[in-house]
Amino acid sequence: MDVEILARIQFAFTVAFHYIYPPLSIGLGLLMVIFEALFLRTGNRQYEQLARFYTKIFGLTFGIGVATGIVMEFEFGTNWAVYSRYVGDVFGSALAAEGIFAFAMESGFLGLLLFGWNRVKPWVHFVATLMVLIGSMFSAVWIVVANSWQQTPTGFHVVGEGLNARAEITDFWAMVFNPSSVDRLWHVWNGSFLAGAFLVLSISAYYILKKRHLELSKKAFKIALVVAAVFSLAQAFSGHSSANVVAKHQPAKLAALEGQYEDSDDAGIMIFGWVNQEERKTIGVEIPSMLHILTHKERGRDTILGLNSFPENERPTAINAIFQFYHIMVGIGFTLIGLSLMALYFWWRGRLFEKKWLLVIFVFSALLPQIANQFGWFAAEMGRQPWVVYGLLRTSEALSEAVTAEQVLFSLILFFIVYLFLFLLFIYLLNKKIQHGPEDLAARNYADAPKRSIKGIVS
Amino acid sequence: METSLSYFLGIDYPTWWFLIVGAVFAGYAILDGFDLGAGSIHLFLKKDQSRRIALNAIGPVWDGNEVWLVIAGGALFAGFPVAYASLFSAFYIPFMLFLVLLIFRAIAIEFRSKEEMKWWRNFWDIAYFIASNSLSLLLGVVVGNLMIGLPLDERGNLVGSWLQLLNPYALLMGFTILALFVMHGIIYLLLKTEGRLYAKLRILLNRAVLLFLSAFTLASAYGLYTYPKLSDDLQNSIYFWLLPSFGVLSILSIPQWVKRRKFILAFISSALGIALMLGVLAFELYPVLLYSTIDPAFHIDVYNAASSQKSLGTMLLIAAIGTPLILGYTAFVFYTFRGKVKLDENSY
Ligand code: HDD
Ligand code: HEM
Ligand code: HEM
Repeated sequence: MDVEILARIQFAFTVAFHYIYPPLSIGLGLLMVIFEALFLRTGNRQYEQLARFYTKIFGLTFGIGVATGIVMEFEFGTNWAVYSRYVGDVFGSALAAEGIFAFAMESGFLGLLLFGWNRVKPWVHFVATLMVLIGSMFSAVWIVVANSWQQTPTGFHVVGEGLNARAEITDFWAMVFNPSSVDRLWHVWNGSFLAGAFLVLSISAYYILKKRHLELSKKAFKIALVVAAVFSLAQAFSGHSSANVVAKHQPAKLAALEGQYEDSDDAGIMIFGWVNQEERKTIGVEIPSMLHILTHKERGRDTILGLNSFPENERPTAINAIFQFYHIMVGIGFTLIGLSLMALYFWWRGRLFEKKWLLVIFVFSALLPQIANQFGWFAAEMGRQPWVVYGLLRTSEALSEAVTAEQVLFSLILFFIVYLFLFLLFIYLLNKKIQHGPEDLAARNYADAPKRSIKGIVS
Repeated sequence: METSLSYFLGIDYPTWWFLIVGAVFAGYAILDGFDLGAGSIHLFLKKDQSRRIALNAIGPVWDGNEVWLVIAGGALFAGFPVAYASLFSAFYIPFMLFLVLLIFRAIAIEFRSKEEMKWWRNFWDIAYFIASNSLSLLLGVVVGNLMIGLPLDERGNLVGSWLQLLNPYALLMGFTILALFVMHGIIYLLLKTEGRLYAKLRILLNRAVLLFLSAFTLASAYGLYTYPKLSDDLQNSIYFWLLPSFGVLSILSIPQWVKRRKFILAFISSALGIALMLGVLAFELYPVLLYSTIDPAFHIDVYNAASSQKSLGTMLLIAAIGTPLILGYTAFVFYTFRGKVKLDENSY
């Protein structure tokens, strides 16, 4: 296999593995903030118990998130040296801002969050948790901005030619607020909140089914359910507006997402289907006219271009994969809405915790946002091909010249083994934490905390 | 690039950014240096209790320390994309190993105490020990190679195999940095421990100081003898005398501070030692970032590697806003967790 394919597989594998964890960290962060806020407001120590319990799980996801993230930070340089030179001026500043504003903030306060329970006053601890949440949401900002710039570049001009060409920022804020960044940021945040909420739902449902920690779990379930309902509904709207940005700025990607080969004046959307790439057509169940309606185009007048209208070397190749990834994501989006609304309905009827089958579904539901998050990125990134910077730099030209196929293969295998090991460890420890369950706090109080104070902040 | 330079306080932007990247790397070496160093002696601590105390001494801060590496990488990418691209593609394999070691180290710290089983803890203790030592060593190897330069072609790509990076000088520098970090780490642990563990660490410290001094002498002698580039510099500039001398003096003062139980001063001395050693590197390099041993025309320097002046200007602003914030909450965290380690149910 050539370097390009290997380097792409390697990058995709390492970033996809990384992306198992950030959404969990961000989403659990939100729930911990809610639990701690409720504790501060009501003084009910059950909320503290929940917060402490989920902090332990959070510690796990965060730890692996950090370890795998550092790999990503340097992989632009190791694998994509030409790309790094080309976009460094634009992209580097987003990454630097991420380090300075976001990572430093989250990992600084992380120490307090994990180890500070008995060291600082509850409200200081709450602030630390909040800062970690904000920090991790911020890190999503910069990385999504960087990636969105790569999808819909603005605020730059190209200097130099050939191998020495590079993009230089002309307008920092135009670079930050490029056409797709705001929509995609919401989409990524929402997706993360869903990942966290459904993990809590899943763990709580498991306890309820096993009749353990009943009172606590019912509380946690209800809170997470509200979060899940709000953000799953929001996710549909945010996905819709992301799709509109794609329609406007990346028409070839839109055609791939929908599997459309022919131009159309009255395009529909597929509910599900299969793309036959040899015969250049897509079969499946279609809602007619819907794509025109959703993208605010006038039926019969505005044309939506199909893949055939793009030269072979200016459109993605893996159409069926892109199509399927995209449709599974959307399908999961509606499944999550359905699940949360159904649970809300039973809650309203007062029968929520009697529905065993529903709880069983919820135990497994934690996987759904994970899959949607992964597949969403796959669709977005593979749909961007053959460009690494849309319309400007081709993926095939972005590689490191000094790196050979053997080296990439070596690192791919290395990371595959290491990550497999990490993943098994993660599952093992997650299970262990869940089996162990929340710590009983009844016997504890703050009197045993060390007696120190800087103006009442540190207890 | 034929662009005109922008200045702030009479210093041009690329130079400012060189200073910033240098300062962040120094910050990284000083901060992560002590927790890497603490890891390097992990297996010398025999009792489980001692190992846990040593781990919890760095527990609340090591992740924050490692972020300095991330910021340094980001700062290099942002300010000097050309250097970032060449450096990391040249060091492809060593860097991948570096990353895997970082992963293992992080995971070892996090997971070691999550199980009681003896084999479990032993496994992670060994992983932690190996990773900490190899990381310091590798960092030193990189420093060594930056000192003497790399065979870079006109596109900034490494010519030949990466194995040449493991030359004797670089390896000697590796041991020097390793010893420096070990010393630094022990001083940090002295701040955090008491009783038998403390007494044991005092003995280890003296050995580490000796180890550092011998490694440093050897590396310098070998370097000056083998590489005319280094000996020429020594003749041309007084700074190549001053910086290392102050560095060594600062480190020689450590046993004195420790004897008087002035651990904070000892810590500051070793931090200063690290900063001065990196200062030598900065002086050796500037204005070059990556020195090509093939042809001076292929040097990657702060001017031909820099981002646009506009971009550098924006980032100087970002750095100016961000730095006080980072220093602020880093200080707060260190303050909150000051004093001797006490294990509780949230500990590793
Ligand atoms: C949702 C947003 C998101 C996305 C798309 C990515 N990450 Fe990430 N990353 C995070 C959100 C995040 C996070 C939530 O901030 C961390 C901290 C803990 C965690 O689990 O994930 C994280 C950790 C993390 C770290 C360690 C930071 C530390 O030491 O605290 C680095 C260096 C990166 N990431 C870099 C990257 C790069 C270069 C990416 C793209 C290729 C990337 N991340 C994708
Ligand atoms: C975290 C979620 C992400 C996932 C799951 C993801 C997934 C992928 C996949 C599957 C590819 C390979 C595409 C192909 O070869 O067809 C890819 C490539 C790439 N992605 Fe991402 N990506 C993510 C985030 C990012 C971000 C945030 C950036 C930049 C800021 C980024 C930059 C790149 C680059 C430079 C490549 C290599 C060139 C290419 O193949 O196009 N990715 N990613
Ligand atoms: C409900 C219907 C949904 C629609 C219509 C939708 C739409 C979209 C579109 C059009 C993109 C591509 C954006 C681009 O390439 O610029 C996308 C990407 C993505 N989606 Fe969805 N989505 C939906 C649900 C979900 C759900 C439920 C999740 C996760 C829980 C999710 C996670 C993602 C992620 C992580 C990406 C990649 C990042 C990005 O490009 O924004 N999506 N989605």
